[in-house]
Amino acid sequence: MNWTAIAAIYRYEMARFFRTLAQSFLSPVISTSLYFVVFGAAIGSRIQEVEGVPYGAFIVPGLIMLTVMTQGMTNASFGIYFPKFMGTIYEILSAPVNFLEIVIGYVGAAATKALFIGVVILATSALFVDLTIAHPLAMVLFLVLTCVSFALMGFIIGIWARSFEQLQLIPLLVVTPLVFLGGSFYSISMLPPFWQTVTLFNPVVYLISGFRWAFFDQADVPVGLSLLAIAGFTALCLAIVGWIFRTGWRLRD
Amino acid sequence: MTSILSIKDLRKTYDGGFEALRGATLDIREGEILALLGPNGAGKTTLISTVCGITKLTSGTVTVGGFDIQSEYRAARGLIGLVPQELTLEPFETVFNTVRLSRGLFGKRRNDALLEEVLKKLSLWDKRNAQIRELSGGMKRRVLIAKALSHEPRVLFLDEPTAGVDVELRKDMWEVVADLRDSGVTVILTTHYIEEAEAMADRIAVIAKGEILLVEDKDHLMQQMGQKELEVQLTDTLAAVPEALDSYDLRLGEGGKSLIYTYDTRAERTGITALLNDVAAAGLTLADVQTRQSSLEDIFVTLVNDARPQEAAQ
Repeated sequence: MNWTAIAAIYRYEMARFFRTLAQSFLSPVISTSLYFVVFGAAIGSRIQEVEGVPYGAFIVPGLIMLTVMTQGMTNASFGIYFPKFMGTIYEILSAPVNFLEIVIGYVGAAATKALFIGVVILATSALFVDLTIAHPLAMVLFLVLTCVSFALMGFIIGIWARSFEQLQLIPLLVVTPLVFLGGSFYSISMLPPFWQTVTLFNPVVYLISGFRWAFFDQADVPVGLSLLAIAGFTALCLAIVGWIFRTGWRLRD
Repeated sequence: MTSILSIKDLRKTYDGGFEALRGATLDIREGEILALLGPNGAGKTTLISTVCGITKLTSGTVTVGGFDIQSEYRAARGLIGLVPQELTLEPFETVFNTVRLSRGLFGKRRNDALLEEVLKKLSLWDKRNAQIRELSGGMKRRVLIAKALSHEPRVLFLDEPTAGVDVELRKDMWEVVADLRDSGVTVILTTHYIEEAEAMADRIAVIAKGEILLVEDKDHLMQQMGQKELEVQLTDTLAAVPEALDSYDLRLGEGGKSLIYTYDTRAERTGITALLNDVAAAGLTLADVQTRQSSLEDIFVTLVNDARPQEAAQ
């Protein structure tokens, strides 16, 4: 393993993040506050409790997941697409590194950024609502796995994309709807029976449910199933990445 | 001399079916400057990209310092620095960061003193904290060179280093390359400027249609270039070269209306005066006199044109 190269990619990617630290820090704080103002104070005052949890607190796990998924994905996809777009990818392709090292560097950096933002949102939320975390270790595990798997998916999108439009396409058309309809802001039990069944085909449901279980010890689906879903999703992304590695798809002519 | 880079029967066919390299074979000696000369679309960049690992080869073998570029790619690529043709740099990055990234990517331990030395040599030290978008084209080109040198390569590829660079900067670039060679780096540069190959290279390889047509010491080529032809046009038509002029080794021009004399411009005596006197003494009347130089360009054009009928036949 060329750890020096991994560290070089990681540090270079993180430097971009730290250069704009104020933005990186402020934007999740502001957007989280807005969600709490709208959902927590304005609407939440009319919704009593969801399964024994005050609505303001109930939305925290979903909110963190929503941001972490989109951030991890867009960071990673942009991180690898930008060198392709600028042409600077030549250097990575001609360096004595293998694909795994490239993936660890880029995905590691993207996941770290997403994790950082997730923690910022969690801290901001604690200012608005009383939060207790029932299973802290599980919470960290779910959070880290989500950051990594969505960064992996973003990496794949970044390799696949041939234009900025394509880069936006999957996050916008697939992931955002799945996340919003995945129970970020509601419990699945609030849906009519038919839609409850339909919802179970949405993989994001399992992630949010598991993450929420880590906070409130209650879940829409069994927590084992949630773990299985996130592990399966990570494995799938790894398999695709492995295939790209073997074939050089969209990287090497 | 040992060869540092050995390319054997290298073929590259792109997915669309385009054959960019058709069995290119080339050995590059350690410590030399080799100019890879060829027209646009000859396969220069494909050759470099394949050796560096940016494109996959279709068949053939390439070794760098004895390491195969496929089975021992880490060792092979570690020896190579690449300066691409396009000014591909991230505009918002600083000079120093981007150079440091290059060193790290090649698995070399951080060494800021070395990077300082490289940047100073390329007159970029003052700009180390500048964003790349603030730099001029010539500076960007030097940043690319600094990136390639940051990991101490033994072989440096310069793909069209002076494309779109003004005369002054071109001369600077030539000096940079000469310095590199003096420091022991083997330099392979592609160009379609013949004068550039003349000014910098030890050897010249001509590539066209994906094949290496010629590899020759520059001096040897220059010798051929040093030959000049003097054509003496006559008012009369001759059937053969007059006996009185036999000692000059003349050829008869087209239609017998001229005599052609080949001489070396660098010789102490070209023999032109004596020839012209003897022509007059032989009773011939001069209508006109012309001289022509056979240039590297002529050689080049001939070679490239010769390669074309081959293609038509395929």
